[in-house]
Amino acid sequence: MADLIALTPCDGLLPLTIGSLTLTEDLPAAMTSIAPYTGQDDALSAALQAEHGMAFPSIGRSTGKAGGRAIWFGQGVALLQGVVAAPALAEFAALTDQSDAWAVVRLDGIGAEDVLARLVPADLRSPAFKRGHTVRTELAHMQASITRIGAQAFQVMVFRSMARTLVHDLKVAMAAVTARGDI
Amino acid sequence: MRVAGKGLLAGAKPVTFSFNGRHLVGLEGDTLASALLANGVHLVARSFKYHRPRGILTAGSEEPNALVTIGSGAQSDPNIRATSQEIFEGLEARSQNCWPSVEHDIQAVNDLASPFLGAGFYYKTFMWPAKFWEKIYEPIIRRAAGLGALSGQADPDPCEKAYAFCDLLVIGSGPAGLMAALTAARAGADVILAEEDASMGGRLLGEVEQIDDMSGVDWVAQVLAELESLDNVRLMPRTAITGAYDQGTYGALERVGHHQPRRADLPRECFWRIVAKRAVLAAGAIERPIAFKNNDRPGIMTASAVRSYLNRWGVAPGQRVTLFVNNDQAHDTARDLVQAGVHVAMVVDSRHDAPDSDLYPVMKGAQVCDTGGRKRIDSITVRSVQGEERIQTDCLAMSGGWNPTLHLTCHLNGRPQWNRDISSFVPTPGTVPGLTCAGACNGEFSTIGALREGAEAASQALEDLGVKASKPDLPTAGDAPYNITALWAVTGKGRAWLDFQNDVTVKDVKQAAAENFRSVEHMKRYTTQGMATDQGKNSNVAALAVLADATGRGIPETGTTTFRPPFAPVSIAAMGAGAAGAGFKPQRFLTSHLASKELGAPAIEVGLWYRSSYFPTAGESNWRQSCDREVGLVREAVGICDVSTLGKIDIQGPDAAKLLDLVYTNTFSTLKLGRVRYGLMLRDDGFVMDDGTTARLGDTHYVMTTTTAAAGQVMAHLEFVQQVMRPEWDVQITSVTEQWAQFAIAGPKSRELLNGILGDQIDDASWPFMACGTVDVLGVSGRLFRISFSGEMAYELAVPARFGDALFRELLQRAKTLKGGAYGMEALNVLRIEKGFLTHAELNGTVTAFDLGMQGMVSKKKDCIGKPLSSRPGLMAEDRERLVGLKPIGAVKQLTAGAHLFNPDDPVERIYDQGYVTSAGFSPTLGHSIALGFLKNGPDRIGEEVRMVDHMRGIDALCEVVNPVFFDREGGRARG
Repeated sequence: MADLIALTPCDGLLPLTIGSLTLTEDLPAAMTSIAPYTGQDDALSAALQAEHGMAFPSIGRSTGKAGGRAIWFGQGVALLQGVVAAPALAEFAALTDQSDAWAVVRLDGIGAEDVLARLVPADLRSPAFKRGHTVRTELAHMQASITRIGAQAFQVMVFRSMARTLVHDLKVAMAAVTARGDI
Repeated sequence: MRVAGKGLLAGAKPVTFSFNGRHLVGLEGDTLASALLANGVHLVARSFKYHRPRGILTAGSEEPNALVTIGSGAQSDPNIRATSQEIFEGLEARSQNCWPSVEHDIQAVNDLASPFLGAGFYYKTFMWPAKFWEKIYEPIIRRAAGLGALSGQADPDPCEKAYAFCDLLVIGSGPAGLMAALTAARAGADVILAEEDASMGGRLLGEVEQIDDMSGVDWVAQVLAELESLDNVRLMPRTAITGAYDQGTYGALERVGHHQPRRADLPRECFWRIVAKRAVLAAGAIERPIAFKNNDRPGIMTASAVRSYLNRWGVAPGQRVTLFVNNDQAHDTARDLVQAGVHVAMVVDSRHDAPDSDLYPVMKGAQVCDTGGRKRIDSITVRSVQGEERIQTDCLAMSGGWNPTLHLTCHLNGRPQWNRDISSFVPTPGTVPGLTCAGACNGEFSTIGALREGAEAASQALEDLGVKASKPDLPTAGDAPYNITALWAVTGKGRAWLDFQNDVTVKDVKQAAAENFRSVEHMKRYTTQGMATDQGKNSNVAALAVLADATGRGIPETGTTTFRPPFAPVSIAAMGAGAAGAGFKPQRFLTSHLASKELGAPAIEVGLWYRSSYFPTAGESNWRQSCDREVGLVREAVGICDVSTLGKIDIQGPDAAKLLDLVYTNTFSTLKLGRVRYGLMLRDDGFVMDDGTTARLGDTHYVMTTTTAAAGQVMAHLEFVQQVMRPEWDVQITSVTEQWAQFAIAGPKSRELLNGILGDQIDDASWPFMACGTVDVLGVSGRLFRISFSGEMAYELAVPARFGDALFRELLQRAKTLKGGAYGMEALNVLRIEKGFLTHAELNGTVTAFDLGMQGMVSKKKDCIGKPLSSRPGLMAEDRERLVGLKPIGAVKQLTAGAHLFNPDDPVERIYDQGYVTSAGFSPTLGHSIALGFLKNGPDRIGEEVRMVDHMRGIDALCEVVNPVFFDREGGRARG
């Protein structure tokens, strides 16, 4: 019997380099949304700490590190990225697999803030938006999650089905920012 | 002509450009206006209505006359002010709306017809014969009027949009703005300094002034150097703040690439949305012309413009200059000209107490009452107590005083207030929350006053923001008082221009008043004064002063019209950047998209999604052939369709079943593990919102599906229930539409196909109709649902989306071996219409469960959202338009969605309307067209005839009313 071949959301679209900016697919090995049940916030956070070494993030923040990170993802929900969610967490929270639901890209380089300024109506500049800060916002009419993961690096997420639009819009913005460099 | 030793362009590179095909040379840093004047070109345009010769009036973005088109073909930009356009090597500029040339324009004949073309002329002349208006007069008038023209082709070069944030937005970089920016920047605040011009410095660049012990120009350079060195300062030249909006949001237009040759990668413009905690308006003031007979000739300019051309660009606009002024400051023009070696023939000052001068002759208490020289001014006529005399001149510099540039302060519905001392309107404080005004735009016309107000405004803003700051030391600067005696218009016969761009004269305003358009709002619309692209910047105050005088009122009593964004013209391309073509909305693609494209399937847009319409095979040239075949292969073999677009919502938690019982009309708390149920959902007002199926995958774990169209709406609805209506319930909802790629496998051979790929074999007993659960699909964990939208035995198979492409290809290949294949939206629709299944064509937001014949699905044993209002008497009446099927029985066989239904004997008129058709198509299964629709008393009229009339397509078909389920009414095929 044939095995099914897996494709990533940005298959065929990336990587991309324009000027000093790079755009790459940065898909975590797994993604799970974690929504604590009523009254279970502390218990869930403790379990998350015990199982995965990080607490439940507060609003607009993330915990953990590259390879195993939990980012705030909306009211009462966090997204665990990089590791498969331990079944023990299910006692305290609704776990929903999101591993295939999102296109996840990494925008890196000098001017990354300016690129996102063309698409995102939120202030993503340092020092206000530090490493580990995250925001649910829109990116050019697509709902998005944006996290600063490096000095000039951002993790940008939109629905999987919109991967092509995401790459296109980022590419246009990267080119526009780079073109200003020599006027 | 250039004046040696003057201007700030020393050592600049020469630049070749063309104007109306003529090659000229300017200097880098010239605007098109300064370069034309340097080359002795004064006739630049023709006026809007009368096609009178016009020249450059100003040196700023308020320029009303010198509008040109830059570039050619698809890359042309019309209505560009020559005063704002910087020249670059190879720039092409052309005059507008003149033929054959600006020098000789046939339509100048309109000037002779001016008695027939006054205010409101199209209500009075060109009225007879009536039918001539639409076909003859109006097209001619429309062609004759106007300024620039669009090319009619899409411009290939991009624009962009962007967002910015700051603590303090400083609008304008003259002395007030620079001082404000410096004060805030040194305190560490996050500052944006926006300047419309290419260079920062405001009026200091055009004047001969001292600040401290250096020139104004050197002081500007020093301040800019400090601002540039600070990380917390963002300088935005070439950026006009176009509008003040709510909560500190400002719109701005940055001219990114207009000063360079076009490039495919560089945006031409950027439309900014800037969110500022505080703002300082330091936009300066605009000098007023004076209205007198023939005050619109080329060579007549504002006095400050003459100073700017001389001091900033080193250009003298004439060699025998005269002035007509009513204030002291305008005399600086004469002083600067004489000191630069340019002859000043006379300064005509309307005030009897005008100051004397050793440098130039002054006539006091005198007025210019006429000018001569059609294509360039060659004389002025001066009237005084002595009588009238003519003076030869090639440039007249006029000044009626200054109007503070306060437009932004009115954008949130504020109005300015009249200040008698300076004969100007000044801003009313607080009309834009968080914005304070400083300097000339606040009515403070001295340089030291501007510096002081800028520093104070910034200090106040810093205090509001809780930022500690020390007050900066103010430099020494000019403190000359502003002496003015108002003069709006010189009395006399002959047209005196107020609004140059829309060709409105004093006579027009007086005529409006005479015809009883006494309100300034009416005068504006009746005469069109202030309605051109310069938005009346050069004429508003004078026009209302003339109106006040004509109606016997004071200026404050007459009031002003308001100002709305944008302050300066903004191209639609900039505001809509990124949205051209496919960029208009995000595109959502299925995992099966590439494979479908390879098969040549055209896509249709369903909301943001692209879904395959049909899959043509060799020999098929028309979509109907494919559709008919695909319907057949589902009914007889097996069809594969990507149904991933339907909303999928994961619901978990102890109160999940309660949530389902509340939102669905029927009961879901009785749904067993491993089963799916069809459900109907109502809005609060009792009308149907959506339908779908919900599957129970665990004790407290459900997955709800919605229609594609309503996925977002239902998700928002569930969130509202969870957060607002029942916050005490313990339930979580998560969208998983994107997580799963889901395919319909439909037809008598569907189980056979599935058993070829499932880890464990299924049969009717182990997987009955409406069963669901987890399955192994070629080594991948997936979900299987036995549900049918086609009416055949059918399943939906879901795998994590990463496997969607591979699974789709695999399914197609296997279907082919069973004589089946892919089917698209056309066939999907025919199949479901044959079965009387519903989509949002029927669930159109105006129907109830009763209308659909689904009243039985509203459980009597429990409450649900929408139930109370759904049982209002009017919503249960038998004669409501209710769901029926239709089939053609006359000569015309075509049925169309959107057509209306009538009794065969009634007139086909609105009041006899009996209902309408919602879905229609040809049924290959039955061999004729079928349709669903809503008909008064529908189900009670089965067997009757109705007449279907499609007014739009011209189709008139006699139909029989039938049961909406056309095929397999017992539903045995799905359950087999």
